[in-house]
Amino acid sequence: MPAFVALDNVSHAYAGADGALAVDGLSIAVEPGEFAAVVGPSGCGKSTLMKLATGLQFPVKGSVRVAGEEIRAPVKIAGMAFQAPTLLPWRTTTENLLLPLEIVEPYRGQMRRRKAEFRERAEKLLASVGLAGQGEKFPWELSGGMQQRTSLCRALIHEPQLLMLDEPFGALDAFTREELWCVIRDLHAVRKITVVLVTHDLREAVFLADRVFVMSSRPGRVLAERRIELPRPRDLEVIFTPAFTDIVHELRGHIVKARQ
Amino acid sequence: MNNRTALIVRLSPWLFTIGLIVIWEAAVWLLNIPAFFLPPPTAIAKAFVDFWGPIYRNSLITLETTLIGFALAVGFGLLLGLLVGWSRTMYAGLYPLMIGFNAIPKVALVPILVLWFGIGFVPAVLTAFLISFFPIVVNVATGLATIEPELEDVLKALGASKLDIMRKVGIPRTLPYFFGSLKIAITLAFVGSVISESVASNYGIGNLMLQAQAQFQVPLIFAGLVVLAVEGIVMYWLMVVLERRMTGWAQRSGFAQT
Repeated sequence: MPAFVALDNVSHAYAGADGALAVDGLSIAVEPGEFAAVVGPSGCGKSTLMKLATGLQFPVKGSVRVAGEEIRAPVKIAGMAFQAPTLLPWRTTTENLLLPLEIVEPYRGQMRRRKAEFRERAEKLLASVGLAGQGEKFPWELSGGMQQRTSLCRALIHEPQLLMLDEPFGALDAFTREELWCVIRDLHAVRKITVVLVTHDLREAVFLADRVFVMSSRPGRVLAERRIELPRPRDLEVIFTPAFTDIVHELRGHIVKARQ
Repeated sequence: MNNRTALIVRLSPWLFTIGLIVIWEAAVWLLNIPAFFLPPPTAIAKAFVDFWGPIYRNSLITLETTLIGFALAVGFGLLLGLLVGWSRTMYAGLYPLMIGFNAIPKVALVPILVLWFGIGFVPAVLTAFLISFFPIVVNVATGLATIEPELEDVLKALGASKLDIMRKVGIPRTLPYFFGSLKIAITLAFVGSVISESVASNYGIGNLMLQAQAQFQVPLIFAGLVVLAVEGIVMYWLMVVLERRMTGWAQRSGFAQT
C-alpha cells in the first residue's frame, strides 16, 4: 500500500538557526488510515516533523509527500491540535469550531448559504466527544479537558484526511487524559482517518497507535519502529496487561539510548 | 458581601470626595492658610459662580481641542499599530523612531507647531494628538505580536492568508489592548491640549489659568483645575464603558469585585 504521509531522507534547518539541523535523514511512512505515534526525547524535532508534514515548512533536503503529492504549500487536508487548546475567547464553542470552515475552501465560499447546516455539523461533532449542549458556552467557561475536546473538534470540522496531534493531552490531569485517549481512539475507529500523534507519553503512544516511531535526540531521525499488535478495540484495561507493559518497557529502552 | 457593605462600596466614591473637601476646608481655616496660597473649597466654589461665563466657554474649548486631538490619535494610532504589528520590517524600522519620538517632551514641540500654524487652536489639537497616539500604537502592535504561534499554524495549515489571520484572530485579539490604551490616551490628550493652551493660545482652560495667575486670582486657578479633573473623569469613565461594551469577554475576572 502506498504511504499516505511519506518523509523520505528529510533534513531540515530553520532559517537563522545558524545551520543547525533540526532533523537529519528522517524517514517515516504512515499508511492510509493508520494511527502512528512519534516518541522521543525533548527537542528531537517532533514539532518539526509536524510542520513538515502539514506544509508549514519545506525541507532543505529530501522529500515530503502527503496523499501521493509532493508538498509545496500548506496541505489543507490536515487538521491540527496542540498542547494548548488555542481557542478564541471571544467566540462561543460552536463559533470556534466554525473557524476552519471560514478559512478553507470549498466551505469558505459556502459559509453564508450553509451556515445553519455547518452549525448543526459542529453540534453533532461536539456531541460525539461528549460536549452535547455546550456549544453556546465560551471557552473560558469550560474545563481544561473540555477545551481540549473542543480543540480536537476544531481540528476535525472540515473532515480532514489527516489529523496531526502535537502532545494534545500534555497539560491535562491523568484521568482526563485517559478519557481523551478513548475519545481519540473512537474518533479514529469511526472516521478511518490517518493520525500522527507526537507525544512524550509512552503509554499513550502504545495504547493508541498501530505503529510507534522512536526518534533520536537532535538532529532527529527514526531510531526504531515498533508495530503494536494489541487487538482493537482496546479497552483502558489493556494498559495493565503484561504484554502492554513489555512494549512500553522496550520503547523506554530505545529512548534511554537516544538520550545518551 | 451583604447589602450594607454593598451600599457602602457604592457610596464610597462620593463619601471619600466629600471627606476630602471637608478636610481641605477645615485645614485652611484651622491652620490659617492665606487664600492666595491655598484657597478653601468654598472660595473655589465662589470663583465658579463669579466667573461662570469664561469658565464655561473655555472648558468647552479645551474639551473640543482635546477630543479632536484624541480622535486623530485613535485613527492614526490604530492604523500605525496595525501596520507595525503586520510586518516585521515595519516593526524593526518604525519602533526605534517611535521610541525616540516619544522620548521628546511634547511641550518642546509647541514652539515649532506655533511657528508652522500660529498660536491658538491648531497647535493645541496637534499637541494633544502627538502626546496621546503613542500608547495606542504600542498596545495595538502588542496585541498583534502576541498571537499564539500554534493558532497561527492551525490556520496557515488550512491555507489562511495573512489577511485572514489578521481579520479572524489579530484584530479581535487586539481590541482589549486597544480599548485599554484609550483610557491612557484620553488622559494624555488633556495634558497635551492644556500644555499648548497655556504656552501658546488665547483660549481654553490652560490659558484661563495662566491669566488668572497673572491677576493673582488664585481661586480661579483652582477652579480651572477642578474643571480639568471633571472633564478628565467623565472622558475616562466613557472609555471604561466603551471598553466593557466592546470587549466584555476579556474582562471575566472577578478579582477587583471581591
